[in-house]
Amino acid sequence: MTNLMRKTGLAAALLMGFAAQASALSLNGAGSTFIYPLASKWFYSYQEATGVEINYQSIGSGAGIQQLTAQTVDFGASDAPMTADQMEKAGGGTIHIPATMGAVAVVYNVDGIDTGLKLNGDVLAQIFLGTITNWNDKAIAELNSDLSLPDAKITVVHRADGSGTTFIFTDYLTKVSTAWAGQVGQGTAVKWPAGVGGKGNEAVAGVVRGVKGSIGYVEFAYAAQNKMTVAKMKNRDGKFITPSIDAVTAAAAGALRRMPADFRVSFTNAAGEDSYPICGFTWILVRPRFEDHAKGEAFVKFLNWAMDDGQKMAPSLNYAPLPASLVEKIKAKIATIQY
Amino acid sequence: MSAFQYKVEPRRARMDKLMRGLCWGAVCLAILPLLSLLYMVISKGWHRLDLDFFIHLPRPVGIAGGGLANAVVGSIELVGLASLFGMPIGIAAGIYLAEFNSTRFAKSVRFSADVLSGVPSIVTGIFAYQLVVAPLHGFSALAGGFALGLMMIPLIARITEEVVRLVPIGLREAALALGIPRWKTIVPVVVRTAASGIATGLLLAATRAASETAPLLFTAFNNQFWPSSPMQPTASLTVQIFTYAISPYDEWQDMAWTGALVLLLMVLAASLASRLTMSRNRPMQL
Amino acid sequence: MPLVLDPPKNAAGQALPVGPLSSTKKRRATGDQVFHGLVAGSAGTIPLIAVAMLALLGVASMECFRTQGLAFFLKQDWDPVHGSYGMLAFAYGTLASSLIALLIAGPVGVGIALAITEFTHPKVRELAAWLVETLSAIPSVIFGLWGMFVLAPLMRSHIEPLLTRIPGPFFREAGTGLSLLSAGLVVSIMILPTVMAVCREVFNAIPVSMRESAMALGSTRWESVRLAVLAPSMPGIIGALILAMGRALGETMAVTMVIGNRAEISSNLLAPSDSLASAIANQFTEATTSGHLSALAALGFVLFLITMILNMAAQGLVWLVKRRVGA
Repeated sequence: MTNLMRKTGLAAALLMGFAAQASALSLNGAGSTFIYPLASKWFYSYQEATGVEINYQSIGSGAGIQQLTAQTVDFGASDAPMTADQMEKAGGGTIHIPATMGAVAVVYNVDGIDTGLKLNGDVLAQIFLGTITNWNDKAIAELNSDLSLPDAKITVVHRADGSGTTFIFTDYLTKVSTAWAGQVGQGTAVKWPAGVGGKGNEAVAGVVRGVKGSIGYVEFAYAAQNKMTVAKMKNRDGKFITPSIDAVTAAAAGALRRMPADFRVSFTNAAGEDSYPICGFTWILVRPRFEDHAKGEAFVKFLNWAMDDGQKMAPSLNYAPLPASLVEKIKAKIATIQY
Repeated sequence: MSAFQYKVEPRRARMDKLMRGLCWGAVCLAILPLLSLLYMVISKGWHRLDLDFFIHLPRPVGIAGGGLANAVVGSIELVGLASLFGMPIGIAAGIYLAEFNSTRFAKSVRFSADVLSGVPSIVTGIFAYQLVVAPLHGFSALAGGFALGLMMIPLIARITEEVVRLVPIGLREAALALGIPRWKTIVPVVVRTAASGIATGLLLAATRAASETAPLLFTAFNNQFWPSSPMQPTASLTVQIFTYAISPYDEWQDMAWTGALVLLLMVLAASLASRLTMSRNRPMQL
Repeated sequence: MPLVLDPPKNAAGQALPVGPLSSTKKRRATGDQVFHGLVAGSAGTIPLIAVAMLALLGVASMECFRTQGLAFFLKQDWDPVHGSYGMLAFAYGTLASSLIALLIAGPVGVGIALAITEFTHPKVRELAAWLVETLSAIPSVIFGLWGMFVLAPLMRSHIEPLLTRIPGPFFREAGTGLSLLSAGLVVSIMILPTVMAVCREVFNAIPVSMRESAMALGSTRWESVRLAVLAPSMPGIIGALILAMGRALGETMAVTMVIGNRAEISSNLLAPSDSLASAIANQFTEATTSGHLSALAALGFVLFLITMILNMAAQGLVWLVKRRVGA
């Protein structure tokens, strides 16, 4: 076995080493798991159209930023904007290109309530803080006078691994609950006051589906794909909104007025009647200047493609396309990338 | 072995039956989760096991006919590189530990090997990242092979040591009595006698390397396209399985299970091949 | 008078060295020296790697130790947002889950190895061994997924309610199936092939004559096994357990998917917990502040230390056993 395996491995390595792949231009990127399904569609289609191989791996937003800083990848992708500290470490001026938007859905499993649970930010925060522990609590009943809530313990499920989804979720809770802001705060990984942790959306969904009385949060794309029971969240304007692509686009449009020039903003709890309150951008991160001219040129072409054709591919995968007015501004930013 | 027909006290006979029963119970206990696992992997992975899987590159959601061909090749490449690096060093280290085992140096080597085998695979990956990826500013199959090789070395060394040590002293003395220098004793005589045990150790280490995910995340990275050179990021079955398994899409999850099935089959095939080709050398009975 | 002969000469007329001892000593010396150098050098890479890793972890952890101080080793708190880190809960999870795994895999693995080597028809041995080795071929990710999809629901719906009937602090309250116990169970299955494979090699190496002698003295199958096989194999068995323990301590992927990821110490085995390796794997890729990264490196450092200490304890155990057995 050992000889056989060794020889096979060597042969494979040599074969690959001399494979005629040298002609195709190839770039590497790393970061957010959230954007991975859409990104893989983009890069596949782009390779078919132009022959340029862009290899993107979802190792996590934080890791994407780390690798961009270490210059082992050509671009990164993150669900959370870089902090001033991180920008400095990366050499200053990392350009944030909003690539797409997504929502975080609150999923639950309560006996007898198949649809239509309504929650607001404060109650949600209290549940995740562990101060509301039973489904028939007054605060929940107030919001759901048309439903009969059972007397059941609430099992909170959160993400075990650090993730952009957690960042968006905790960012929202920090904005709507002073108790949460004081005790926990926001981040890709936080100290959860209550509940059990699952690794990845799959685990959270699995526990929520399996344990009666549980509540958790997952990427909206995931909830939609798996037809999970989602809660309606009360937005800033007072309406209860079910997460959907349109609701996310509405939220982005609502935040447009106060969008900073570098696009580093979170738009959770955005204004607007139809806005869903728990959503955010995923940004593609690039250095302001590409060392390699050919690579830089190819990637800028790709970014412009992503703003037009790329956005059209988003809805079928449950991502929200960027509003047209924002795309104009982003294209102007893309034009500033030097190579 | 034929049964001896003589009377044994009932207590001892009962103990005999009990302990043998317990041992067989242990076998059943181990087979149960194995069967459950195999059932899960096979039932979920079976229906995507088609030609597409072995010749096509990964495709995004919504486009049919994707495969993990690059990951299959990549995994073979990575384990091959790891073995190239880890096997010679591991076996040599194991021989040293068995033959010169009373020195203080040997004691520290043994201790380090045991400690290293307990290091979480992700730490090994980060270590390989600092040594290979960061200075070269790029992920590569070489770095992945290095990380996996690092994991193989302590395991191979310790098992080689245990097995070589069990070769009877009489064998070595006989060789020395013929005037053969010590190193010529060790390599052809002792090692060849212990060969099957060493092969077990190599197989164990190689399968462990083939099944690792975490160390490859920061070294070989992963790649949606064909492996073009050892200096480029390379796809591997384990990383791709992991990425797909925690994704929200059914078709990707199906591919993850198929990937797991293929990985399993590959390793089983290698193990079977080793058993058939390697002659079972047993130490001489003295 | 001693007989003095001229030393033999080679074709060029030079005297060849004579005397069995010195000549073979010289030849042996070079060959052996080279050989010794090669194997010793290879062996030397192992402590070199270990030291290098420890150094890397140590340097990366410096910031954490500076800001957290000694409290890092004593507190359970893990709060990345507020910059407060403590390793106690994770260390507990790692040790407890590994202990559970060893307690299960040790006896079961030895039992299987015995069954395969002693109590089976030779033809069945290969098949049985091959079946168990199949377990080692399964990637840890699959074990994790199996744990999540099969074991956890099983624990949750059927096994935990039964276990809560047992009095005492260990099974106080049923949970979600993601727990310390589940993690220990999954890891025990994963380290089983290691224990079994090494034990099998050790048992096989014992000459048949030993077993025959025991049987000739009138012992039952089990007794002959106990006397002729188990007793002299003790150091080898402990070696197998040490290898397996190493793997249990460092197991990352499978553990993180079933342990529940809650950094809290509880005597209840059915409560969620977290382990050092699992925390590192979960948070490393998303950690963005240098404080968080340094704290994770510190967890790795602690894991390294724990592995070292446990290995030293195990070596002591082997030494004790060897003394008793007289091997």
